[in-house]
Amino acid sequence: MLLVERARGGDMAAFEKLVRQYERQVFRISQHIVQNREDAEDVVQDAFLKAYEKLDQFQGNSKFYTWLVRIAVNESLMRLRKRRTGRMVSIDEDVETEEGSMPRDLADWSPDPEALYGQSEMGEILRKTIQGLPPGFRVVFVLRDVEGLSTEETAESLGLSIPAVKSRLLRARLQLRERLTRYFRKGARGNAQDGVK
Amino acid sequence: MTCTEFLQQLDEMLDPAIAGPLRAELQQHLRCCEHCEITLNTTRKTIEIYRRHEIYELPEDLRERLHEAILTKCKGCGK
Repeated sequence: MLLVERARGGDMAAFEKLVRQYERQVFRISQHIVQNREDAEDVVQDAFLKAYEKLDQFQGNSKFYTWLVRIAVNESLMRLRKRRTGRMVSIDEDVETEEGSMPRDLADWSPDPEALYGQSEMGEILRKTIQGLPPGFRVVFVLRDVEGLSTEETAESLGLSIPAVKSRLLRARLQLRERLTRYFRKGARGNAQDGVK
Repeated sequence: MTCTEFLQQLDEMLDPAIAGPLRAELQQHLRCCEHCEITLNTTRKTIEIYRRHEIYELPEDLRERLHEAILTKCKGCGK
């Protein structure tokens, strides 16, 4: 809080430290939403600029990081809207789908699924899989499970209720699990599993 | 407990800090339902894998460039 207080008082060096502390996370979250590196770069700049301009509005009854994430999420959604030529994009988009309520593919996974693929191939699989989720599920999963925010912080960052976060998180997790089963099921890449070249 | 009821409470099983009667009931269901056991284990692995693999890493050169751009914008905003 000390850094935030100093930054609010006009201490640029303190604000720079805050940027340094959170720029990676803000970039990751933004890229997960906009799914495009150039847009994510713009979002990160706009989000920090907005945070800087509005620092005096930061109440201090929530964490600075949660407040910053909320700004970044809103900037990301605005960016998506621009890309889609003005069509409204909200955090509620496509969340009414019934997919993911019940698992359909019940195949077990290989004991060590990460050994089935090389690092870059794995990255591609994970990116492709998470990009298939509706934005409203994707962002909840990223904030809660990847970035480690609490359920309450995730709700605050997204302007959602706690039950809505829990419901979306469950469905996001189940949808991702279902989609990854295609790649990680027992017998997938049999040769790789057996170590046969 | 049905499989649907189990899935609605999947969070309880994924969070090791949660204990109590509900967890015991969920564990009871797991002992006799292979499908839910697979779902729980693979969902847990899903989360672990996404945590471990940084799929949108910010390269150091881009980070520096962004950092400078942010500060230039802030300094120039007239606040």
